[in-house]
Amino acid sequence: MVKYDKKTLERMINGDLTWEELKPIISGTKDPDRFDKIIEILQEKVSWDEKIILPIHEHLYIVSKDDKRIVKCDCGYEYGDYKENWKKKCRINVRDTAEELEEFYPKYMASDPDWMELREYFCPGCFTLLDTEAVPPGYPTIFNFLPDIDAFYKEWLGRKAPDR
Amino acid sequence: MNNKPIGWNGKTLMKMLEESEKYIKETKSYYGIDKLKLKEEDPFEYERAFASLRGALVSARETALHVAASPIVKEIGELCFALYTPEGDSIVVSTGILVHVHTMSEAVKFMVKEDYEQDPGINPGDIFLNNDPECGNVHTTDVQTLIPIFWKEELIGWAGGVTHQIDSGGITPGHDLVAAIQRFDDGVYYTCRKIGSNDKIWKDHMINARRSVRTPFYWELDEKCRLAGDLMIRDAVLEFIEREGIEYYKQFIREVIEEGRRIFQERVKERLIPGRYRAAAFFDIPMKEEAWQPRAKIDKVSNQPLEIIIKNDGKMSLSFDGASGPGANPMNCAKGAMEGGQWVLLTQVLIYGDKVNDGAYFAVETDYPLGTWCNPGDSSLSYQSPWGNLIPAYTGMMKCLSYGLFSRGYREEIVPGYGFTGDAIQGGGIYSAGPLKGERWSLSTFEISGQGLGASGVRDGLDWGYAMWNPEADLGDVETWELFQGGIPYLSRRVKPNTAGHGKYRGGANYEGVAMIANSKEVDFFGARDGYCFHGSGGMHGGYPHATGYRLYAKKTNIQEIIQNQKEYPLGDPDPSNGEFEKLLEGDIVRKKYCTIYPIILENNDIIYYALSGGPGYGDPLERKVESVKQDLNNGIYTNDLVYNIYGVVAEYDEEMGEWVIDKMGTDIRREEIRAERKDKSLTFDDYWEQERWKITEDMLSEPVKLMYSESLNLSPKWAKEFLEFWRLPEDFQLEVK
Repeated sequence: MVKYDKKTLERMINGDLTWEELKPIISGTKDPDRFDKIIEILQEKVSWDEKIILPIHEHLYIVSKDDKRIVKCDCGYEYGDYKENWKKKCRINVRDTAEELEEFYPKYMASDPDWMELREYFCPGCFTLLDTEAVPPGYPTIFNFLPDIDAFYKEWLGRKAPDR
Repeated sequence: MNNKPIGWNGKTLMKMLEESEKYIKETKSYYGIDKLKLKEEDPFEYERAFASLRGALVSARETALHVAASPIVKEIGELCFALYTPEGDSIVVSTGILVHVHTMSEAVKFMVKEDYEQDPGINPGDIFLNNDPECGNVHTTDVQTLIPIFWKEELIGWAGGVTHQIDSGGITPGHDLVAAIQRFDDGVYYTCRKIGSNDKIWKDHMINARRSVRTPFYWELDEKCRLAGDLMIRDAVLEFIEREGIEYYKQFIREVIEEGRRIFQERVKERLIPGRYRAAAFFDIPMKEEAWQPRAKIDKVSNQPLEIIIKNDGKMSLSFDGASGPGANPMNCAKGAMEGGQWVLLTQVLIYGDKVNDGAYFAVETDYPLGTWCNPGDSSLSYQSPWGNLIPAYTGMMKCLSYGLFSRGYREEIVPGYGFTGDAIQGGGIYSAGPLKGERWSLSTFEISGQGLGASGVRDGLDWGYAMWNPEADLGDVETWELFQGGIPYLSRRVKPNTAGHGKYRGGANYEGVAMIANSKEVDFFGARDGYCFHGSGGMHGGYPHATGYRLYAKKTNIQEIIQNQKEYPLGDPDPSNGEFEKLLEGDIVRKKYCTIYPIILENNDIIYYALSGGPGYGDPLERKVESVKQDLNNGIYTNDLVYNIYGVVAEYDEEMGEWVIDKMGTDIRREEIRAERKDKSLTFDDYWEQERWKITEDMLSEPVKLMYSESLNLSPKWAKEFLEFWRLPEDFQLEVK
């Protein structure tokens, strides 16, 4: 069974592995204990105490707090119930003019704002850019991922979720 | 007419198919198999048997491609072979373009359901040809040859081969047409037609085929290539049966497919998380100014919303509910194209390995809503370039799977998306001078098979090296392309700055090229790529979409004078706002914000420009390591102005050292400034919601966008309900479309 030590995985998620180190991890059989090791690494990295149930983003985690499952940023900002789209708690900038789009793309190389705008979703706590949406104006905010946490733990991992 | 059934144990093929479908429905496993008996009894023999069939298919492909002459087949390997059960389920496939794991399966099922067993009859040595998207193909350009395999008097399988043609006789030259708007523009159609017997292609078919396309030489040799591969597969299967016995073979092919189904579900449980995943992708179809045909003159955004449900048992369901309608354009997709697209991605992201077959197909439920671009239900439409919808739409699948891979900890497997397989420049002309005078040349470059890949969760995307939709290919040898498209020699090819999607890990970058028309007449030229819209579903976790394409060409130029005087000519378009074409050329220079254009006529000394696609980025660009940004500057991936705006990196070029030098303190200050700008400029969700809603209610949307919403609202009650609820609009809300 393939296994990687915590240090290697930590270096990987920090983007510090060389290609020679990373290539066998991509090509090889997957390490079945990866999930638990990554949770352990992430739990050590965050400054708060709530138990991580599922990481859903580079900066966002579903955690257990007061018997509730909420989304929390590593900066500490809390987004509330994980069944609600966390983007609804974000601060948002909409690039819907050619001038704003051309700050990031050369002329001719961005969308036409009449056809598509670019939305930027920021964490209200640390103003990290959490997501972008390239959508036609008026498109509803997309709720990308709603995990079935209990089915995952109980039926796939064969144990209860950490908060159950 | 056949009176004696050719199926197993005296059954007809139709009866066998009915039974197969009943088993799946009732038992949820392939042919009701609950135990992999052969594998459990002797796993080594089972694996050896599989390897021998797999090896035979790979060998057939590698040998048969040498029969072809088309560079698309011979040079880059755009072909694939597969072995099917009598009912048409794939057992084992060769290497190659895996879009066809399931496509030919639908062609076999079509023949079974249409009772070909009775008429026109299915006999040993028969040869069938198909390129109809309504019968399990992607577009008419992909041509399939299928032969039945008999053991004694029973049909025990089918061998199938597919190649991509340079031209299939459509309304204009090319392999992915832009100007086709109805079936009758798509080129020659062969709907599961018998074209030979006794292992020989009939002469009347070949005469007809040669006269139906612009490149008869390539067509004929491609047909022979596919037949040669099929015959090799048939020989290998018969040898297998002689060695292992017919009963082993019959049980074996059922078990292998059931194993394929189980492998898929196990892989899902190993890599993903159960739950609901959503993404939305888009493609611009800017035909108002471009189309020749009055009813095709419509500007439109295609809505490609995707929902994937991963169930507790590892099964996957996939729905494009809410998709836009089909139209008078070539980008409509039949079921074969949709399933082909699904397999292109799943075989690369999730179920890579040698045991890929229709078992996996049975583990995925699909919903391609009738009356939308992904299932128009109208065979009179054009299906010539489904890629315009397929390629961006399935970026949504990459993104959805990537959310699961991230949560599971497999960040190295994340690919939020990929570049459009373009700029797909095409056309052709006739040599007006030189040794090939009077001969036709085709512009069908597969340089498009080298695109920028999306970033992963731990590293940058691959630069100019990968096309998700042509994973078997590389971009090929430019000299080889020039051999068969000699009327349009290259003037340059170089890295184009600012194509890569921004992010903590940036998307793959790409390059640009310039070519001129020479020694030719009657030259058609057209191309297709995203232009008005960013491609697909964009970046992930704060990464940005990669840059869009655009169109640039120059007519009536002074290039001959430039060449004679050895003056500077344009090598690209690194800064479109200050173009080299405008600075260095005299002539009629045309720039278009969109990239998909109908064919134009070019003359000698006209010059065309193309730029290939980058890939989307991952993560907040402010978290990109400063050293990586420095490398981007030194490699010409990004320009200094954009690096300052988006990555907050302050750098200056050191002429003496010949490299960029980073101002570390300046960078720290600039990054803090950007964070402060984010705080100042951004809105709360409520304010953003009001602002966006206002665009809808106050008629601020453009016509192409209104058309998109109007179609989705009318085609899907579920999508309409969510849209109206999100914006708190009345139930009878409608957008007025001109």
